[in-house]
Amino acid sequence: MLLKGVLKKRSLWLSVILLIILLALPPVIPRYYTYIMTLIFVTALLAMSLNMVVGHGGLFQFHHGVFYGVGAYAFALTLVKAKLPVWFCFAVSPIVAAMFGFLIGWFCVRLTKLYFGMLQISLGTLLWAICFRWYDLTGGDDGIHGIAVPSFLSSTTNAYYFVLLFFVLCLVVMYMIFKSPFGMTLQALRDNPERCSAVGINVKRHQLMGIVIATFFAGVAGALFVILERSVFPELLFWVLSLEIFIMCLLGGWFTFAGPVIGAAITVALRTFVGAFTEYWTLILGCLLIFLIFFLPEGVMGFLEQKFGAKRS
Amino acid sequence: MVYDFSALMSQFVVGLSRSMILFVVTAGLSFVLGVLRVPNIAHGSLYMIGAFSAFSITKLVPGAWGFWLALLIAPLVVALVSFVAERALFCHLYQREHLMLLLFTFALSLIIGDLVKLTWGAEYKSIMAPTVFDGSVRIFGSSIPKYSVFLLIIGPLVAVGLWLFTNKTKLGKIARAAAVDREMVGAVGINVSWVFAFAFVLGCLLAGLGGALVAPTISITLGMDHNLIIEAFLIVIIGGLGNMWGAMVGSLIFGLTQSFGVLFWPQFAIVFPYTAVVIVLLLRPKGILKSVW
Repeated sequence: MLLKGVLKKRSLWLSVILLIILLALPPVIPRYYTYIMTLIFVTALLAMSLNMVVGHGGLFQFHHGVFYGVGAYAFALTLVKAKLPVWFCFAVSPIVAAMFGFLIGWFCVRLTKLYFGMLQISLGTLLWAICFRWYDLTGGDDGIHGIAVPSFLSSTTNAYYFVLLFFVLCLVVMYMIFKSPFGMTLQALRDNPERCSAVGINVKRHQLMGIVIATFFAGVAGALFVILERSVFPELLFWVLSLEIFIMCLLGGWFTFAGPVIGAAITVALRTFVGAFTEYWTLILGCLLIFLIFFLPEGVMGFLEQKFGAKRS
Repeated sequence: MVYDFSALMSQFVVGLSRSMILFVVTAGLSFVLGVLRVPNIAHGSLYMIGAFSAFSITKLVPGAWGFWLALLIAPLVVALVSFVAERALFCHLYQREHLMLLLFTFALSLIIGDLVKLTWGAEYKSIMAPTVFDGSVRIFGSSIPKYSVFLLIIGPLVAVGLWLFTNKTKLGKIARAAAVDREMVGAVGINVSWVFAFAFVLGCLLAGLGGALVAPTISITLGMDHNLIIEAFLIVIIGGLGNMWGAMVGSLIFGLTQSFGVLFWPQFAIVFPYTAVVIVLLLRPKGILKSVW
């Protein structure tokens, strides 16, 4: 118990120091790096929302990218087509994503494992196809570009602080959910669904609730993406992106809370820096993944935790 | 809108011939899933290698012979690639959970995608079917391209061949037994590892054959792997995992709904097959025919 308290205190201090560093960064580093950091926050939020249901919930959420895309499109469409005030759009887009999460999840939780994932992929692909083809509403395969965001978000530095604020807020809420009785139940469902249902837990309802919460955060990430990039396009809903998010969770570590952040940072950094001098960056990502699957199946964070956890005990 | 009979008929045959290509590819995917229990995302990449190798072979050997040679050699190239991958990587991972295998094969597909880009470049490629297939034949008053008729013959041939292999040969029976209980097959003194290698290579060979067959009908591009593989997985799932006839039924559903979708609502034609998949999965979650899992 005592050790656990110390650990908690230590990681709390670590987070505070990290946050202060992050707050102090933008004036020091070049603008391009500020942009990359913001992109990492957005991607990390997305990866963490997926890990809530995959790592902690044990669900085969194969098409999580759809909800990210739905959040982004909801924000862009309410802003550009309906011309609603930006705060309203920002508040409404995660809710739209969560509604789609409920709808798709409601069908998917009837099935398990691979079948769950495949049904989700076909439902998600339906949404992708509609986005891809409905030129009048979504701009079709071109998407919507040059979305005008309010002037206080137009500079890279301000966008950085805005995204960081919501990233940290979501992280705190997610951590609270992770440690709440609901979060614990979700993890128990991952490890032994039969026993859980035997002690009277409604498995499907908990899984559906987990999906709705996770898709809500994916929607937040989608809206933040639009604020950063000022464009939406149907690739956001394509299944390749969904698997990339999956990879981030694997890179960082499934069963850790903060692992996906590291995974997202590695992936974005690879794409940016390796992609800058060779177009074959996915080759390197693939090799890295295979190395990881062979030698570090618990991911980077899981490996570190194992190593330092062993030292302490 | 008025649809005449010949338009419906020709759309029906186009859908059928598309289904046959899908069947050749998905039969391989389903076989690998059934025997090895590996959800192989790289299957689509192997299909792409098949199409690109067919292009190279027709470039090397011009004329009608090039195409027939491509149909023969492209699958063998793919088989070789898959054999190397199986012995070097896959065979160490069969005990892992499905999620890991899925991500592993996705990583492999990323690597193969880039290697194909390195080898063949990013331009669009196309090959011509031999002159034997020029023109069309008239069936019930609608003209059908000869190549479609050829595909309609090849599809059932592959089905019958695979059925004969799995049901009438000793190796096929061993592979089917290994799908049900791999420990037991090992216990009676059969080298399961090599059975798996053989089954994997056979499944991938079909991906290569599918790639070579599809090559004259589409433009060969990077990204054709990603467009195909999700369709292929859904077909295998709605047909029943590991069931070859299921792959046939799933392919027919997918191909036909797509081609009739083009006729009725061109803008959203792509929506129809996915809707069909959703309906099937909700009514029969384990697929239409019996799954071997």
